[in-house]
Amino acid sequence: MRAPLSWIKEFVDIPQAITADQISDGLIRVGFEVEEIIYQGLDVTGPLKFAEVVSIEEITEYKKPIRYVGIDCGEGQTRFVICGATNFVVGDVIVAALPGAVLPGDFQISARETYGKVSDGMICSSRELGISDEHAGIMVLPKDSVVIGDDAIEGLQINDVIFDVAVNPDRGYALSIRGIAREVAGALGLAFTDPVDALRDLTFIDTGKGVSATIADPATASVFYLRTLSNFDPTATTPIWMRRRIEKMGMRSISLVVDITNYVMLELGQPLHAFDKSKIKGGLTIKRAGKTGAFTTLDGQIRTLDPDDLMVVDDEQPLALAGTMGGAFSEITESTTDIALEAVRFDPVCIAKNSRRHKLSSEASRRLERSVDPSLAQFASARFVQLLTAHSSAAHVATVIAGEPVFPARVRINPEYVSKTVGFEITPSQIAQVLRTIGCEVDEKSFEIAPPSWRPDLLHAADFAEEVARMLGYDKIPSILPPRPLHASLTSTQKRRRAVASMLASRGLAEVQSFPFTNQATIDAMGFVGERAATYKLANPMSEEFPLMRVHLVPGLIEVAQRNISRGAKDFAIFEMGSIFRSSQKLEAAISPDLAKRPDQKIIEKIFASVPNQGYHVAGLLVGKVENENWQGKSRAYNWQDAIALAQDVVSLCNLEWTIARSDLAPWHPGRCAELIVNGTVVAHAGELHPRVVAAYGLPERSVAFAVALSALPESSLVNPTTVGTMPAAVQDVALIVDARVSAAEVTTALREGAGDLLESITLFDRYDKIGDGKVSLAFTLVFRAADRTLTGEEVSAMREAATAVAGKKLGAVVRTA
Amino acid sequence: MQPQEIASWIDDARKAFSGAPDLDALKIARLAHSGDKSPIALASRGLGSMSPDDKASFGKLIGEAKAAITQALATATALLEAERDRKVLLEEVVDITLPVNRAHRGGLHPISIIKNEVSDFFIEQGFAVEEGPELESGWLNFDALNIPADHPARTMQDTFFVEPIESGMVLRTHTSPVQIRTMLTQTPPIYVICPGRTFRADELDATHSPVFHQVEGLVIDKGITMAHLKGTLDNFARHMFGPDVTTRLRPSFFPFTEPSAEVDIFFNNRWIEWGGCGMVNPKVLATCGIDTDEYSGFAFGMGLERTLMVRHGITDMHDIVEGDLRFTRQFGVGL
Repeated sequence: MRAPLSWIKEFVDIPQAITADQISDGLIRVGFEVEEIIYQGLDVTGPLKFAEVVSIEEITEYKKPIRYVGIDCGEGQTRFVICGATNFVVGDVIVAALPGAVLPGDFQISARETYGKVSDGMICSSRELGISDEHAGIMVLPKDSVVIGDDAIEGLQINDVIFDVAVNPDRGYALSIRGIAREVAGALGLAFTDPVDALRDLTFIDTGKGVSATIADPATASVFYLRTLSNFDPTATTPIWMRRRIEKMGMRSISLVVDITNYVMLELGQPLHAFDKSKIKGGLTIKRAGKTGAFTTLDGQIRTLDPDDLMVVDDEQPLALAGTMGGAFSEITESTTDIALEAVRFDPVCIAKNSRRHKLSSEASRRLERSVDPSLAQFASARFVQLLTAHSSAAHVATVIAGEPVFPARVRINPEYVSKTVGFEITPSQIAQVLRTIGCEVDEKSFEIAPPSWRPDLLHAADFAEEVARMLGYDKIPSILPPRPLHASLTSTQKRRRAVASMLASRGLAEVQSFPFTNQATIDAMGFVGERAATYKLANPMSEEFPLMRVHLVPGLIEVAQRNISRGAKDFAIFEMGSIFRSSQKLEAAISPDLAKRPDQKIIEKIFASVPNQGYHVAGLLVGKVENENWQGKSRAYNWQDAIALAQDVVSLCNLEWTIARSDLAPWHPGRCAELIVNGTVVAHAGELHPRVVAAYGLPERSVAFAVALSALPESSLVNPTTVGTMPAAVQDVALIVDARVSAAEVTTALREGAGDLLESITLFDRYDKIGDGKVSLAFTLVFRAADRTLTGEEVSAMREAATAVAGKKLGAVVRTA
Repeated sequence: MQPQEIASWIDDARKAFSGAPDLDALKIARLAHSGDKSPIALASRGLGSMSPDDKASFGKLIGEAKAAITQALATATALLEAERDRKVLLEEVVDITLPVNRAHRGGLHPISIIKNEVSDFFIEQGFAVEEGPELESGWLNFDALNIPADHPARTMQDTFFVEPIESGMVLRTHTSPVQIRTMLTQTPPIYVICPGRTFRADELDATHSPVFHQVEGLVIDKGITMAHLKGTLDNFARHMFGPDVTTRLRPSFFPFTEPSAEVDIFFNNRWIEWGGCGMVNPKVLATCGIDTDEYSGFAFGMGLERTLMVRHGITDMHDIVEGDLRFTRQFGVGL
């Protein structure tokens, strides 16, 4: 919302000594962010004159049209200038910059020779003057609107300060000069004159029959003023001062009628709509569209109406998308002589829905969906009649009113609540005084407050507390630490995540965070199927390229790896921690219990249960060499063992026992993938990536990855350590020949089972796969120790034999003899 | 045998040992002066044939002499060994400045680092760290926070919706639904922060990302005022931006707080918008079943990316989200 200082000053008595910065600071203090202060005209110096075009000589020997124009600048003799624009005729009034003038961009005007002529100045466009973006030709002013030879800097009110103010959605009233001026006055403690005060007693005599007005459903609009005017001369033009104010607000001047509707909206905040009365069949009614149909808005767009759209209709057809945009059929044209002016206090939600359904946010809808002062339907429409009759031949015919304004209800508050909320002492009389400055009526005995008509947001004690606090200044709030619990700590889950991340980082993996979006092609390329491929689809994704939620972390890691590789990285390890979104449950219709009281516990639990479980995983991707190669020599490439070891480290770090088994799961190599099992649940996969995945994404051959479902890991139990034995250990080596399909883990488990409780550790120290016949040799070191004695040779041999016996029985393992 | 003779053995040994130029020469001297055939060894063996009186007096002398010779040998050995070490180890010198660490450099993502830092700060203040799902119920993300379906405030946030739309399921637009979950499942006093990933349908550019992180704080207790909010934010800001930072509260609007404020910090000589805050709207407390006569509370929220960018002078969001290792590794693990 823009607000020119010259317009604010019309309603606030601002002393000369107060600077624009002080006004800006004041607005910020009371909650209006000033995004920009535009000093218009600072970079313009005269002479700039209003002039009349007296002659035009077309110069035709150039590619583009060039005119040599004679202008009367009130100097007693004609001045000649070259001009490239053609949107003017002899007799038009224009703005001329004379030699010596400086225009924005340090554009110095001087007499100079060009196109074979001497150009003694320049005819200006609005944009060249720095006063609007309009640049389709030069600025042409209505005849008789100015005096030829007058200073145009003054005449066009070029020198001004314009505040660009951000207005929060609860303060619809401030989308007007009236609202901003009130805030400036309140912030700086200055006197404010409400422009509405001058309109309260403005009435017009009915001289004929006006267009009738009806509200079909009071829930959609409370009050509807419809003013009928006739005898309008469509050649009437907008006065310069009004046009300039509209332009300073960032809008364009269109025609006198439309300009006045916009001017009044900007001044007071009430959107108005003017219909060409001759197009209206019968009367106007505010009602829902009721059925679908095509409707052409005045921007030329053909829109398909929703039955729920709120419309302004006549007896035959819809004429306007209520509060949002008028229709092309009944818009004001160059031949309009009779006008029906609509001013309605629409229901904000209806307008918000209109605007959202048609993706059409207009100056009108922006105000109406934020709620407009219900008293303004009367005053703003009166202001329109006042301005139009003053600046044209139009005459008021009749005013028809439907419904009546509904004003905010009175609220009773406890003044102590205000101090208790803001944290510093404010007396009831101070509260009353502040509330009066924002327009409230306050009964200091009962503390019953009547909010002003423009403040439908003042409903509860907290709303008044905010008003008091912001007008007194948030800088008055002291800084005190709250009483706090003596202790808090991270949960065991949070500590575990941190420990895992720190461990991976210290092992040389760099953490990345990728967007959790994916697509079907990626899911298919990875080879995910079934439950591991099912996910949720975004209704409005950032791009159609990534419409799905991720089902796994590895694809995101691959994307980051590709990016790093494309930027020259070769050997690296990365990891990511985060949620995945497999669609573990069907999404049911939303549960939306009433607000302002706690829903039933059952409802709360249903809401919680309606949110699907989102697994929290950690995954890593290792590409290229294990170490950087340097003067110390070559390095080996990452292999499947590295990935499995990291997965095991993650689980072991959480102090959990795991078993390992071969797995065949996408996106891993079917023969080189391990799964880790904790308490019977598979919690991790690791190994070499599937060669097809590696090739499809251009990763270095045999890149490896791991993924651990951290959220599937159980809590680790309290450690009850066994005492450390100090008796000597007995070490035994055994070599077993087994079928190559038997896994090392199976042999280890069998040996462990057979060896008994005195087995302290077991280590696979050699694996030999060249003995042929589909067999491999596995050599283990078994360490035995008793807590209370030195083991004898016989005891140790017996335990070793028991161990190999179980491996032989269960897995067909044969002890290898030299 | 005369005592003088014994004394001369000591002198001879001392001279021989100290005169030995290297450890090999010392070995020869040792054999001569304290070996099996040395005078002192022979004299020691001859004691057996002496009279008891002589045995006692000469035995003492010979024992003392042996100790003196051993001491002299030890001294000479130590000197010569030290000299040998000096020579030999000097030849083994290496250039210890050679690059030796070949390991890839790991590290945490800067957002994880700042999230941990914020969490640690608040844990020290007695706040717990609460988390919640990223795919979230619309009722918890909007309605319960006093953002009704058609309120303009809802369009302030470009929300990602999940199909089917009727489910109301969204990618949370803030971590505030965690506040609601906390209030629905715990009883006051509540002192929590809620860090986490959030989503808004903004195009990725230098200062925006559709996926970003927030940390929110929530306090519900008896007698909580805006002064406590200000105190908490001041403390937090000083922790994040240094002791000289000042904060400013500016009136603002959020449906879930009333009064509401923006919090700005004065950092590097300018005011910077840091986050939003306010007193928890009594409507929100009532929806969560908290007695507003007894309890009041405040809430605040900041973007972690923004905090990181402001504090570290990062000018392009792309660096934070792209995962380029050259960027991430600069942060180490944040110590």
